[in-house]
Amino acid sequence: MNSLYILFDEIYKILFLLIPVLVTVAMIVWLDRRVWAFVQKRRGPNVVGPFGLLQSLADALKYMFKEIIIPASSNKIIFILAPIITMTLALVAWAVIPFSENLVLADINVGILYLFAISSLGVYGIIMGGWASNSKYPFLGAIRSAAQMVSYEVSIGVIIINVLLCVGSLNLNDIVLAQQNMWFVLPLFPMFVIFFISALAETNRPPFDLPEAEAELVAGYQTEYSGMMYAMFWLGEYANILLMCAMASILFLGGWLPPLEIEALSIVPSPVWLIFKILFLFILFALVKAIVPRYRYDQLMKLGWKIFLPLSLIWVVLTAGYLLYFDLLPEQI
Amino acid sequence: MIAHAVFFYLFAFIAIVSAIMVTAARNTVHSVFFLILDFISISCLFIMIGAEFLGMIMLIVYVGAVAVLFLFVVMMLNVAQQKNQWFGSSKSSSHIPLGLIVSLIIFFELLIVVGGWKYKPDILNSSSITISENISNTHSIGNILYTDYIHLFQLSGMILLVAMIGAIVLTFRQRAGLKRQSYVKQISRERKDGVKVVDVPNNKGVKIDV
Repeated sequence: MNSLYILFDEIYKILFLLIPVLVTVAMIVWLDRRVWAFVQKRRGPNVVGPFGLLQSLADALKYMFKEIIIPASSNKIIFILAPIITMTLALVAWAVIPFSENLVLADINVGILYLFAISSLGVYGIIMGGWASNSKYPFLGAIRSAAQMVSYEVSIGVIIINVLLCVGSLNLNDIVLAQQNMWFVLPLFPMFVIFFISALAETNRPPFDLPEAEAELVAGYQTEYSGMMYAMFWLGEYANILLMCAMASILFLGGWLPPLEIEALSIVPSPVWLIFKILFLFILFALVKAIVPRYRYDQLMKLGWKIFLPLSLIWVVLTAGYLLYFDLLPEQI
Repeated sequence: MIAHAVFFYLFAFIAIVSAIMVTAARNTVHSVFFLILDFISISCLFIMIGAEFLGMIMLIVYVGAVAVLFLFVVMMLNVAQQKNQWFGSSKSSSHIPLGLIVSLIIFFELLIVVGGWKYKPDILNSSSITISENISNTHSIGNILYTDYIHLFQLSGMILLVAMIGAIVLTFRQRAGLKRQSYVKQISRERKDGVKVVDVPNNKGVKIDV
């Protein structure tokens, strides 16, 4: 009986996390389109509901009632699995995100490694979708995206090492608590910028949206998908973007900590701070989409391997040297 | 405890079945997907015995990087069209005895190592390594790897570096007619380098881009 109780308790907690995340993803699509529209002096979606807030809901409804078309020459099992994997991976990673000191679904020791591992698995949904479609544009998109995501993962990994040197623990709550005196964005500002740009590339956002460059590849790996399966790719993509924003705010912007140690600010519950930071970063993502033109593929690779990777490696040496010389290395936890 | 056993047998079963399917699958791309499934279930087993660091590194390195490259190569070379016919064709069935011998050798090596570790634990002098209960296993790996085994660790790093340089040297070739972008060249280009005023002779024209 007791174990059954634990099971229900866990399911309740998971639903309590998942449903807000899914609703936020739907809202964030609307926000993205609105920001994009405002930059270009358009109105954006403003018809369905107040300020067009229910636009995503209407879209979801439309996708649900559309026919799912599976190409005859596709590899059917993998074709169906691909959007499911994308969506699942984007959602399971939220399990370790700490919303406050105690409000975290799974407080595991290697939280940051878990996040990194899940985000590096995200490439499979895209490769599987592109290959199983058995069509040239999806395949080209999948190949591009595989190379791009693997390249930028390397520099993200090295940037994470920078932060870990200052923290001395892989636990996400420890990383947040280590920023009580100073957010890591101040001493590691160049790394924050590189992390942000790499996150754009990792989530296939413009200006690095070459896997789905509509001018060359129709819609890249999503070309053959329709109805709910396309919607799942879409939701997974936005959930991934939110996740990257959450990761950046935990690593650099102090997670759920208030900006200053003032009594007035600590009244605001800590999840609100994390949500504010995620939203701030997401608006930056949306602005980049509206402002910057698409990169050329060789420039993208050059940026990843020849600029970001050496820079972040040098920064690791600098951080380690600085910490060692001034005897600031974190105590063993 | 029962749940632990159930999950262990579940992951072990998936690992073994997918390992068999890697060789048995007719489509090469499917083989790679089964290999990925195998890696994932092995990393689940690592996490179950409490080696969460190793499990996560397994996921990041093997599934996140190595298997992606496998998949990349298999898809690019279009081996998917060549159906895997290990047991069917007469040409490839001659490899089977060789494969059996190699796998038997590996099996007996594993048997010797595991047997020795189980029944004569004092042969491996592991008593010098003290593993404290109250630090996480990431810390204990670091404590051993960067102190007692630093030379072996650096040696393996050097071997990987040499392998990387070797791969680059073997595959690198200077292709003719390749246009490269040079920012310095583009920025330092002046008007007098790019524009020239030419007097065009009547009825003869002028040859541009010599």
